[in-house]
Amino acid sequence: MTATIEPEVGKARLRKEDARLITGRTRWTDNLSLPGMLHMAILRSPVAHAKIVSIDVSEARGRAGVVAVYTGADLAGEQGSMPCAWPITEDMKAPQHPPLAVDTVRFAGEAVAVVVARSAYAAADALEAIEVDYQDLPVVLDMEAALADGAALVHPDLGTNRNALWVFDSADAGTGGNVEDAIGSAEVVVTRRFRQQRLIPAFMEPRSVVVDPTGEQFVVWSSTQIPHIVRVMMAMTLGVPEHKLRVIAPDVGGGFGGKLQVIPEEMLTFLCARRLNKPVKYTESRSESLLSAHHGRDQIQDLTIAATREGKITGLRVDLMVDMGAYLGLVGPGVPLLGAFMYNAIYKIPAYRFACTNVFTNKTRTDTYRGAGRPEATFAIERMMDELAVELGMDPMELRRKNWITHEEFPYTTVAGLTYDSGNYEAATDRAVELFDYDGLRREQRERRDRGDIVQLGIGISTYTEMCGLAPSRVLGALSYAAGGWEHASIRMLPTGKVEVVTGTSPHGQGHETAWSQIIADRLGVPFEDVEVLHGDTQVSHKGMDTYGSRSLTVGGIAAVHAADKVIEKARKIAAHMLECDEGELDFAAGRFTVRGTQSGTSIQEVALAAFAAHNLPDGVEASLDSDATFDPENFSFPHGTHLCAAEVDTETGHVRLRSYVAVDDVGNVINPMIVDGQVHGGLAQGIAQALYEGATHDENGTLLTGTLADYLVPSAVDLPSFTLDRTVTPSTSNPLGVKGVGEAGTIASTPAVVNAIIDAVRHLGVADIEMPCTPHRVWSAISRGAPGNAPDAPGPGGGLGSIDSSLSRGNGRQGGAQ
Amino acid sequence: MTVVRVNVDGVNYEDDVEPRMLLVHYLRERLGKTGTVVGCDTSNCGSCTIHLDGHSVKSCSVLAVQADGHEVTTIEGLARDGRLHPVQRAFRDNHALQCGFCTPGMIMQSIDLLADNPDPDEQAVREGIEGNLCRCTGYQNIVRAVLDAARQMSPGAAPDRERQETVSPQASPVAGGGGQ
Repeated sequence: MTATIEPEVGKARLRKEDARLITGRTRWTDNLSLPGMLHMAILRSPVAHAKIVSIDVSEARGRAGVVAVYTGADLAGEQGSMPCAWPITEDMKAPQHPPLAVDTVRFAGEAVAVVVARSAYAAADALEAIEVDYQDLPVVLDMEAALADGAALVHPDLGTNRNALWVFDSADAGTGGNVEDAIGSAEVVVTRRFRQQRLIPAFMEPRSVVVDPTGEQFVVWSSTQIPHIVRVMMAMTLGVPEHKLRVIAPDVGGGFGGKLQVIPEEMLTFLCARRLNKPVKYTESRSESLLSAHHGRDQIQDLTIAATREGKITGLRVDLMVDMGAYLGLVGPGVPLLGAFMYNAIYKIPAYRFACTNVFTNKTRTDTYRGAGRPEATFAIERMMDELAVELGMDPMELRRKNWITHEEFPYTTVAGLTYDSGNYEAATDRAVELFDYDGLRREQRERRDRGDIVQLGIGISTYTEMCGLAPSRVLGALSYAAGGWEHASIRMLPTGKVEVVTGTSPHGQGHETAWSQIIADRLGVPFEDVEVLHGDTQVSHKGMDTYGSRSLTVGGIAAVHAADKVIEKARKIAAHMLECDEGELDFAAGRFTVRGTQSGTSIQEVALAAFAAHNLPDGVEASLDSDATFDPENFSFPHGTHLCAAEVDTETGHVRLRSYVAVDDVGNVINPMIVDGQVHGGLAQGIAQALYEGATHDENGTLLTGTLADYLVPSAVDLPSFTLDRTVTPSTSNPLGVKGVGEAGTIASTPAVVNAIIDAVRHLGVADIEMPCTPHRVWSAISRGAPGNAPDAPGPGGGLGSIDSSLSRGNGRQGGAQ
Repeated sequence: MTVVRVNVDGVNYEDDVEPRMLLVHYLRERLGKTGTVVGCDTSNCGSCTIHLDGHSVKSCSVLAVQADGHEVTTIEGLARDGRLHPVQRAFRDNHALQCGFCTPGMIMQSIDLLADNPDPDEQAVREGIEGNLCRCTGYQNIVRAVLDAARQMSPGAAPDRERQETVSPQASPVAGGGGQ
């Protein structure tokens, strides 16, 4: 019993989840098949804005195997309006959003009718038999045009395309000075406009919903990140009693914020199942997913930064326009607010003002996509730091060092009013610079410039932080978010000593089953293999706020720790009784209670069995060790790090090749380094994809041009480099594990590192900006023009095939560097 | 309806199918082989990759009737006698999957790649899996897993390493090389 048990936390445990996933033993929603199950297909509008004059479903209804066809008019009395849980201002304009359009469609892809049939093939076939007569209405696509006087309105009843104006001003908040004064009196002022293109989350598993109405409760399976929120929102939207709803997120194939949504398809599947008293399944096609699942980003960012000649920042003003699309998502209006507190980033900025104007257009709605507001903020400030450095004639790293919060200054309250609990930007940067060979690459850059090399080298820096671990409920309340940010966990001690950990988080690839097992194995002193982590079913995990915003570990993991501590305290009473001593004489370590100074002891498993038998419990002690905990964090967590990117730009083709990418992240204490590295890899891939490849584009009629994975360029293995990762560890002081979130950090940090590198490679050729994605065509055009901002390219599908696949580049040996 | 006779994962099947039925739908809906999944409509993502007579194909781009008289292997037929295929094992050992949705197709494609080129370098692996999309991993650990599997399967590797580990949901040792 005295054998030292090696701690689980910190170990690169292989994942418990994988045994099923690598053998095809999976439970994706679309795998489900229930007796008598029917299949739903959705007819979607081909036009972006039109009156529905008439819909003729008679032929479709007569097709063999078709059980029912419903239009918006059929369901108008019961379908409710899709919820938005984040009314960011008191006067925010919130349109009605019926799951099935009733009389008007407002984006191409909006659902206008559903067919329910015996098979998915029969349902899809019958869609073509539905006749819809559309009367075109003027289409509004551009945000500035949408805000102009006399613009056609997406929602005439709202009287404007302006959804909301939300402002943070440090002078008003008392957290800093007046930014106009700072700009007015500044020695140096730099103003830039950046465009955050529209992105599509493009999770690999298309969304799928099954609703079974045949039991006492409706059972809803959905490929969602948020089963608990879906349950509440379905109850509120459809008026179904909440206790008659059970929502299950079975295996979920990625989300990235794209499945942080309550979707019309969930409501429609439910309504069909309820009407027909049969289980109904809906699984979207990839094209439907790209068209109608919510998009992300899509902002125009106007920034002005003020500084002294010596390079001290004196003020920052940010004005955003944010494209909401035609309707509001669950948290869509609030996405820019998640960035509002991050534009000041790691820097000491004395005056700050942020204003965002949310705008309706005739496009698919936007909402959370990995990072949600923070990648946009980080991109803008890190691009501005490079622009300011150029203006000052200063090395961009030197400028950052001059302005960042030093490690002695934590905890540090920023101009945006957040208190960063911990951090060490110097340490992360020093390590990154060392791994990257910053000086060597700068030398090579100079050499290439001097000899006029066709392939120019650029170095991109991103010294980022972010706020995650959503979130302290009181902060969410202050920002008018409709719910709290707590998380719940339960621990059940089984008679045989095995442990069930029930978490309110809802993993969809993050490896919580493994990580939570490691945490609880250490806390309770039980074997890793003896811990089972249960989640994703509101009947098993009755309380939770689900998984997004890099919150699961920092909020949900801590809830599990607190629940485990309660188990130990309950067990201590029984153990003391068993060992005939006072509770105060007991030590608990490595799963054993021992009487201090003796060999006498008992294991927590033995106590669990004793509690189960309940033959001899102390008076007043219940026969259970099971415990619950709900944890509401006091603060966000603030991961940070330094990312450095070396990009080679072929000045004749505009082709970009990422030669090296170093990411040194500080995510505090690490539960499982293998999982953390995996999260960073995937995050980097998505951030790099924004910089180089991805962009959802529409034609002038509002038709999505990137409606397949042939057009929307999710990068493949040849499009990405290998990454060099390392970590510094500055534990968070806001939670007992000292952990911070990691899920979004890579995405938040990487986009500006890549774009800064590209600009740095070609700035001497007269280029000061290139719009994302930085496709070869755009890069080449920028170089050819030799000046920024002239004649922006018309966006096109496929983004100009921006691949870093070396076979596509001019492979004549001029590109230095290793593979 | 057309009759299709096909051997899938070692079992013979004979079914009437609509001529237009996609092989992936036949596998999933008629045979219950839900380990193979559908990720797109355009054969871009590769999630549905299986082996047809030992070569990888995207089963969303093959009609069930085209498999008539042929042998199909899916992700569910790889482990033999309860032992994982070395590529399956390498994916787990190298944390080459997160959500796992692309994983069946990625593993099937990787096996095909290694059959063509048993000793690929990193670039060859990247090119070999170019037709399979993963949104979670950034591919780094997938590439590492395929290179690891190539080493495990190389002629010099001890034969017992080929299929040494049982398929156990409990098996969860520590990664050999979790860090970079």
